[in-house]
Amino acid sequence: MASSFRKGSVAVGGIENESFNRKHRKSAQAAMPEVLVPSHDIARGGVSIQLDGVSKKFGDKTVISDLSLSIEPGKFIVIVGRSGCGKSTLLRLLAGLDSVTSGSLMRQEQKVTGIDQDTRFMFQDARLLPWLSVLDNVKIGVAGASTSDADRKAYSALQLVGLEDRAKEWPSVLSGGQRQRIALARALVGHPHLLLFDEPLGALDALTRIDMQRLIARLWEARGFTAVLVTHDVSEAVALADRVILIEEGRVALDIPITLARPRVKDSGFAHFEKLILDRVLTPEGLADSRRDEVMFDI
Amino acid sequence: MNRTVKAITVAALPWYIPLIVLVVWQVLSSTGIISTRTLPSPDQVIRAGITLVGNGKLFEAIGVSTWRAMIGFLIGAGIGFVFGLLNGVISVSEKLTDSFLQMIRNIPHLAMIPLVIAWFGIGEEAKIFLVALGVMFPIYLNTLLGIRSVDTGLIEMGRVYGLSNWQLYRKVILPGAMPSILVGFRFALGIMWLTLIVSETIAADSGIGYMAMNAREFFQLDVVVLSILLYALLGKLSDLMAKWLERRWLKWHPHFAKAVSQSEA
Repeated sequence: MASSFRKGSVAVGGIENESFNRKHRKSAQAAMPEVLVPSHDIARGGVSIQLDGVSKKFGDKTVISDLSLSIEPGKFIVIVGRSGCGKSTLLRLLAGLDSVTSGSLMRQEQKVTGIDQDTRFMFQDARLLPWLSVLDNVKIGVAGASTSDADRKAYSALQLVGLEDRAKEWPSVLSGGQRQRIALARALVGHPHLLLFDEPLGALDALTRIDMQRLIARLWEARGFTAVLVTHDVSEAVALADRVILIEEGRVALDIPITLARPRVKDSGFAHFEKLILDRVLTPEGLADSRRDEVMFDI
Repeated sequence: MNRTVKAITVAALPWYIPLIVLVVWQVLSSTGIISTRTLPSPDQVIRAGITLVGNGKLFEAIGVSTWRAMIGFLIGAGIGFVFGLLNGVISVSEKLTDSFLQMIRNIPHLAMIPLVIAWFGIGEEAKIFLVALGVMFPIYLNTLLGIRSVDTGLIEMGRVYGLSNWQLYRKVILPGAMPSILVGFRFALGIMWLTLIVSETIAADSGIGYMAMNAREFFQLDVVVLSILLYALLGKLSDLMAKWLERRWLKWHPHFAKAVSQSEA
C-alpha cells in the first residue's frame, strides 16, 4: 500500500500542464498560429513519442525486448497482439506507471520519468469512484482549478460525451457504456496531449462498442491529441488507427499505415486491411514479411 | 388513504412483538402466575420509573452512564482508527504494531477488571479505560480491513490522475474503507454498552449499573428491571445512530440508496 502513494511532482505537473495549455490555447486563438508557436511546441495538440531499443523485464521474465518505435504528434496508433504479448506493458511504460529496464523512451524529446499530468489513461474498466457523483468523478481530471472553473470544465466535458443530464447521479446507476463515456470525459477534461487506451471497449457489448469507437474517433479529430490504443480486436484497430502495430513476443512484428478515409466505413478497403492484419496475427509462421525474417535470424 | 394505512402498518411492524411481550407479562403478573417477588409487573416498573424521574435520580444516572460511554468510545475509537489507518497505509507501522495489538486484542478486556480497579479504584478512569479498550479493537480491525479492501484499480487511477497523498486518502481510500469502518462502528457500540454495564455493576458509585446494584440490596426489583430496560433502550438508540450514519455516509452505495428511497416512499 505504501508504494501506491507518491510524493511531490503532482503540483509541478499541474503547473506545467497549465502553461502548456495556455500556450496551446493562445496558438489556437491566434490568426497566425505558426508565429506564436515555438518550434518545440506541439503540432495540432499532440506530442511525439520515440522509443529506442526499449526493454522491460519483470524479474527474469522479458516482456518487451529491444522495441523501437516512433510516433508522430497527433497520430492515432493502435497496438494489437495476442494476450500476454506485452502490449499492455508497453502502454504502462508510455504512461510512466512502470519504468523501462533499458533503452530510451522519449516524450516530446524529453525522457519519460514518471506519471505526467499531460498524459491520460483509460482503463479497461471505467474505474469511477462510486462515492462521487458523475460530475465530481469528471472533476478528478481537472488539476489545480478553482471549484467553479472545475465545475464548468467538467460539465462541458460531459457534454462532449453526451451525458450532461446524468451529472448529479451516482456511477452505480449507469450502464457499462455510460460509465466508460464518463471515464472518457474524465480523461479529456484536462486537455491532455497524449491519451492512452488499454482495451477501453473490451467489456462493452457490440453495439455500444461501435458507438464508443465513433465517439473516440470524433473527439480525437476535434482535439488532435496523440492517441495510443491497445486492443485485441483487429476490426476495432482498422476502424480507428492511422497506423496499426502488431506486437509479438515483445517485438514489433508488423507496422502498417491504414490509408482509409475517415469516417471509416466497412467497405472492401476496410476488409482488405482487416484481413491483412488478421492473417498475420493468426499465422505467425508462414509469411513473406521481411521484418519477421530479421527477427528469426536474431533468434 | 389505503396507502397511508398500509405505511403505518408497516412502520408499526417492529413494535408488535415488544407490545405483545409487555401485555403477556402484565397479564401473568396480575393473575399471580408470576410472583411480583420474582419479577415485578410492568406497571410497577413504570411507577418506579416515575418516582425516579420525580426525584431526578433517573436522568442523573442516564447522564452519568452516557457520558462515560461516549468519552470511552471517543478515546477507544480514535486510537483504533488512527492505528487502523497507519497500519493500512504504512507497512513498517503494521509490522511494528499489528502483532502487539493482536496480542492485546485476544485478552478479554473484562478480565482486566480486577487490575483496573487496583489501578484506578472505582473512579471514572476505570470505566472509561475499560470502554476505550473494548471499543478500540473492532474499530481498528475494520478500519484496517476496509483500507486493505479498497480497489487497487481505483488507487492506480488516482495516481495516474495526479492526486496528492492527501487527496488520495480523502477521495479514494477513506470513502472506500467507510462501509467496513461503519461495520466496526456498530460492533463497537455494542461492546461499549456491554463493558459499561459490567464495570458499573461491579465497581461504581453512580450510573445506571450502580442504580441497579443499589436497588438489589434493598430488594427493589422494579428498579433493577427498569435499569435493564434502560440499557435495552440506549442500545437501540445507538444502533439507530449507526444506521443514520450509514445512510448519510454510504448513500452512494446501491444497498443503502435503496433503503433511503424505500423509507422516503
